[in-house]
Amino acid sequence: MIRAALVLGMMLTGAATAGPIGDADRGAALFQRQCSACHQIGPEAINRVGPRLTGLFGRRAGSVEGFDYSKSMARMGSDGLVWTMQTLDAYIENPKVLVSATRMRFRGLQDEQARSDLIAFLREWSDRPRDIPEAEPTARRSTPQLSPEVLAIRGDPEFGAYLSSECSTCHQRDGSDQGIPSITHWPPEDFVLAMHAYRQKLRPHPVMQMMAGRLTEEEIAALAAYYAGID
Amino acid sequence: MTGPVLRVTRRTFIGTTAAALAAPAVFGQTKPRVVVIGGGPGGATCARYLAKDSGGALDVTLVEPNARYTTCFFSNLYLGGFRDFDSLVHGYDGLAAAGVTIAATTAEGVDRDTRRVTLGSGDVLEYDRLVISPGIDFRDGSVPGWSLANAEVMPHAWKAGPQTKLLKSMVESMRQGGTFCMVAPPNPYRCPPGPYERVSMIAHLLTQTNPTARILILDPKDKYSKQALFEEGWQTHYPGMIEWLGPDMGGGAVEVRPATMEVVIDGEAEKVDVCNVIPAQIAGRIAEIAGLCDETGWVPVDPLSMASRVDAGVFVVGDASAQGDMPKSAFSANSQAKVAAMKIRGELTGSRVFPAKYTNTCWSLIAPKDGVKVGASYEPTPEKIASVESFISQPGEPAELRRATYEESLGWYQGITADIFG
Ligand SMILES: Cc1cc2nc3c(=O)[nH]c(=O)nc-3n(C[C@H](O)[C@H](O)[C@H](O)COP(=O)(O)OP(=O)(O)OC[C@H]3O[C@@H](n4cnc5c(N)ncnc54)[C@H](O)[C@@H]3O)c2cc1C
Repeated sequence: MIRAALVLGMMLTGAATAGPIGDADRGAALFQRQCSACHQIGPEAINRVGPRLTGLFGRRAGSVEGFDYSKSMARMGSDGLVWTMQTLDAYIENPKVLVSATRMRFRGLQDEQARSDLIAFLREWSDRPRDIPEAEPTARRSTPQLSPEVLAIRGDPEFGAYLSSECSTCHQRDGSDQGIPSITHWPPEDFVLAMHAYRQKLRPHPVMQMMAGRLTEEEIAALAAYYAGID
Repeated sequence: MTGPVLRVTRRTFIGTTAAALAAPAVFGQTKPRVVVIGGGPGGATCARYLAKDSGGALDVTLVEPNARYTTCFFSNLYLGGFRDFDSLVHGYDGLAAAGVTIAATTAEGVDRDTRRVTLGSGDVLEYDRLVISPGIDFRDGSVPGWSLANAEVMPHAWKAGPQTKLLKSMVESMRQGGTFCMVAPPNPYRCPPGPYERVSMIAHLLTQTNPTARILILDPKDKYSKQALFEEGWQTHYPGMIEWLGPDMGGGAVEVRPATMEVVIDGEAEKVDVCNVIPAQIAGRIAEIAGLCDETGWVPVDPLSMASRVDAGVFVVGDASAQGDMPKSAFSANSQAKVAAMKIRGELTGSRVFPAKYTNTCWSLIAPKDGVKVGASYEPTPEKIASVESFISQPGEPAELRRATYEESLGWYQGITADIFG
């Protein structure tokens, strides 16, 4: 839970101070070091371990022809997740914020400047980079700061069990996941991250945006504790 | 965006729990008894949660005459040929396994003074708390010319079962180029988008087997749930097939003549081939017998608990309740039942009581893989269960999203039936 608190803290601090677009040259070097083992970008790029990243901006998540995505990424795509400055920033900072069971094995890039640089580079290979708006400080939703203390709340599983009756109308306790993902035995940290991403409307699903939007910090923690420990 | 949120703190938990403990409702050697009337989404959910969460501390009896329950939800998909009938049918073994006693009979009388329910079998059940979830009945005379006695000729199919099968066979054997007519109900009624989903499914069926057929909807409402989405879908998938007449076009004041298969619109008789009459609705009759209904025919309840406004020992959930903004749906009934179960356990066993929360989402299928949804979350206020936030699918959404919405509805059906029946 502590790690979730730190990561989220950073995510939200970042949101308050998003600066201008980064340096694409520095981004290119970063891409070379951190991404190119799995991803290609450019006119000739093909899918390898990861999908080709040419034309990434404005593309629906999980939509590159011929690439075999994780179920989680495909679901986000059909829910309507589109790669923009804002969603890419969140994904690169911590992939699980947006896609819980992504196959991209990448720990995340915490340094905000580095993310801006990388995004500036990725953007050069998108269709009409000039038309893609710069990241203004107002381009993201301003979210109330969540202190690590609030996020480190120990969830009350008994309260979570009651609250879960709202979830179990759709998400089956036995972990079946036809059409609706399983949330049973979800690691609490991922649970908390995902709920906050819905609250901020980074994740696109309207039912979940509404459900998460009305949960308090304490309720999210309670649910996470309950679902992690379900029999 | 967050609506006004009921802040839950540890302090309020202790407060409510202590209050419940200070005044336990029942003492004695026997376990507190809860009788639940009606084994639909409201009653079965409530009975199962009461038994399962009290770990044997309560004696829970479900009174339901039918050995198996057929869901109205997804019965339109059966009409459209997307599901077989058996997939709609559920038994009560899961409830029995959770410790619920099943009384396979009807409740005929409720004496709230002595806290007794009289059964069709002649037995009498005593209760400490009573839950009533009888669903709906039809308001006599709401469609001139029609009564329940005509349901074999002009089916309602608004309670799933033989009526649903009858309606489907009538549509299948309709003459080529014939007219299917629906008399739609006035508000409030069970499942607001239901009539229009039904029309979509019948249009889908007819498009394949009887493409020159026509569908006529006679509607006393000037607007209806998900209207823009249905209209767009009908235009796309079934152009020229569906005609909707609202009250300004005579759709409001119709009379039907089952003997001649006619509907009378604005004084003009028109011959139709299949006629689906969905009358105005009221709470299931046992609620009236129990003296719980107001002049509207529904049961006013306390939004904080789902207890009747006139008797705090009787909880009424599901379609029969008049609670405010929630639509009459299986999702709502399931959500309300869990709140009632928690409150009842708190009162009878001193278990922790948390603030009530309610939600609803209704999915509808317009055509193959073209699903839409509408939903909201709710909070209790002293006056009513009030909608605090809502969403609805948008016209013109990509096919991919509509497909995902449809698949989600399949997941929902599995999820909610497991939650209701175990
Ligand atoms: C065509 C159609 C489509 C629908 N689609 C959806 C949908 O997609 N999603 C959704 O959420 N909802 C849907 N609904 C609505 C949903 O079916 C109802 O809201 C839901 O069934 C209400 O549950 P309930 O427990 O209040 O009543 P019911 O389901 O009607 O259950 C009442 C039960 O009580 C029993 N009973 C009645 N009187 C007595 C008595 N005196 N003694 C003993 N038992 C008694 C009955 O036998 C019945 O089993 C749809 C409805 C229709 C008609």
